Amino acid sequence: MTNFSSSSNWQDSERSQKRIKQRYRAEMRFKIYGLTAVCIALVMLGILLSSIISKGYPAFTSTELALEIHFDQKILDPENKNDYSTLYSANYAKLLRQSLFTMFPEVAGRKDKKSLLKLISSTARFELREMVLKNRNIIGTKQTVWLTADSDVDLFHKNQTHRDVNENKRRLSNKQLKWINTLYTKNAIRGVFNTSFFTNSDSREPEVAGIGGALMGSLFTLIITLVLVFPIGVATAIYLEEFAPKNRLTDFIEVNINNLAAVPSIVFGLLGLAIFIQVFHLPRSAPIVGGLTLMLMTLPIIIIATRAALSAVPPSIREAAYGVGASKIQVVTHHVLPLGLPGILTGTIVGMAQALGETAPLLMIGMVAFIVDTPGGPFDAATALPVQIFLWADSPERGFIEKTSAAIMVLLAFLITMNAIAIYLRQKFEIRW
Amino acid sequence: MGQQVDNHINISGRIRMQAKNIDVFYGDKQALNKINLDIAANQVTALIGPSGCGKSTFLRCLNRMNDTIDSCKVKGDVTLDQRDIYSRDMDVVELRARVGMVFQKPNPFPKSIFDNVAYGPRIHGLAHNRQELDKIVDLSLKRAGLYDEVSERLNTPGTSLSGGQQQRLCIARAIAISPEVILMDEPCSALDPIATAKVEELIDELKEHYTIVIVTHNMQQAARVSQYTAFFHLGEIVEFGETEKIFTNPAEKRTQDYITGRFG
Repeated sequence: MTNFSSSSNWQDSERSQKRIKQRYRAEMRFKIYGLTAVCIALVMLGILLSSIISKGYPAFTSTELALEIHFDQKILDPENKNDYSTLYSANYAKLLRQSLFTMFPEVAGRKDKKSLLKLISSTARFELREMVLKNRNIIGTKQTVWLTADSDVDLFHKNQTHRDVNENKRRLSNKQLKWINTLYTKNAIRGVFNTSFFTNSDSREPEVAGIGGALMGSLFTLIITLVLVFPIGVATAIYLEEFAPKNRLTDFIEVNINNLAAVPSIVFGLLGLAIFIQVFHLPRSAPIVGGLTLMLMTLPIIIIATRAALSAVPPSIREAAYGVGASKIQVVTHHVLPLGLPGILTGTIVGMAQALGETAPLLMIGMVAFIVDTPGGPFDAATALPVQIFLWADSPERGFIEKTSAAIMVLLAFLITMNAIAIYLRQKFEIRW
Repeated sequence: MGQQVDNHINISGRIRMQAKNIDVFYGDKQALNKINLDIAANQVTALIGPSGCGKSTFLRCLNRMNDTIDSCKVKGDVTLDQRDIYSRDMDVVELRARVGMVFQKPNPFPKSIFDNVAYGPRIHGLAHNRQELDKIVDLSLKRAGLYDEVSERLNTPGTSLSGGQQQRLCIARAIAISPEVILMDEPCSALDPIATAKVEELIDELKEHYTIVIVTHNMQQAARVSQYTAFFHLGEIVEFGETEKIFTNPAEKRTQDYITGRFG
């Protein structure tokens, strides 16, 4: 008979005390490892977010200069035609030059005059044109208008330039700094909330560059992706899960779908280029091609998430429905699908959030071009938000540094919102049984 | 082995369903071997036997629930009112509307009590307007003995009821489509004694309108509720006959051993 007496193993001997202490210490170590890992992750996240936000928040203000403009009719509309084309092609730059030279009468010589003009943005004349076209009554009047300053002035105003380096290493010369100081004393410089960041499209001038075009491009692309991927993905998953016979062909299909979910996204870009652009001759750089390519990329994810949601529905519900005489389609549509809906929605929105942030496939199909017009529809050339970030990150102008970070902040805000919607929808539709 | 038990002479009165030479295979494994059984109309037939002897498998043959299991193959004939239910021109959906089922673990739909009972009539088009549907639901709940307890809260979820109430809700759901036969797979095994007593009482009342086949582990329950009993063992029917005779004077020794508790 085996000796099962407990005296040697469990009594309060030294060995059992040591064992207990070892176990407590091991548990404490395990907890510390876990806590350390979480802390490291949080610190990384904090560093990432703080560096992005600290670089990006200045982009949300834009600097403007106050100039007194005489909307001289002799320059704008000498023949008093008062029609659109005359006013459109009038010489607004001259109005600017007149205003600046009036403000700084001591400036002489071509080089200095050019240097003075550089303080105002090269797009300021278009801003004047907009004002005149909107309200022709200002022709002939003298107005003080706020116009966008040049990027160098903008950065100076936001304290982002070094002032204590040599003049030939700076963008702003000493003379320009003197003029800027004069403007300060006259209270002719101010920073305002940069709404044009959201409405303008890309531009070579950093002070007027905006994400408006990229936002519309991303929006069109995502809408096309969603409209295509949701019905196709969910229907495929329902068929594979409920109706397909369990044979080697369906196993083969399932293995392939799982593999497709792990394929690098740039491969889908090559696929989009080869099929949608070269075979179907769809317009290059258009959101329709981007949407189709991202649809292919997101499809495996939706299928896998939907299958998981459907198979999580307990078989007892299905049996009960069969027992009452429901047909297979009725069982799926009346019982399985509603119960699987939270999982399906979560998978869809997570897939969409991933598609929103994908850059590589869009680069391949050409949405990397420099597009200055906001796209009007899915067939116009456009760019997408992550691609815009990529392009700006490459730009040499200093003014684009803050724009890049600001665009990243906007993208992150969208992603967080989409994930929050996913969580909310899942809570709302979750039926507890 | 393949011992043919002659069950056709033991029943007086109408026969609702007949099983002839049923063999059931799960893959290569044979679960039922040459089963022959008659189910008497408007009577309660109990299927008893130790675990794993094939009672539930046989029950599921009667409404073709085994079709939902891929690896299951059924050979032989089952007839409902002389019509072969495995023939090509028998619609499975119609069959399951005529032969209802109540499962071991109560499984109400995650819908309201009203929608649970109304689901069957809705999909089979048994009610033409809301009043008819209300009448069907009320009648089913009354017959299931649940009406008094839930009439005030028909819109609350079916899952908010107690275990016994849920099982009675499942019975109401099954009878809402006016089946001819109700199959019950160990309906009381997940219930407490008081709920069990209520359901047994219910079964006795239900046989007035429906034919009932009940699988049970509990021999005393079989003795209480049924009029005919079939004893299954190792995939065969060892003995079949009137309940009183089986429990007081069984013909087979195996039956005697099982009833007296020698094995099981």
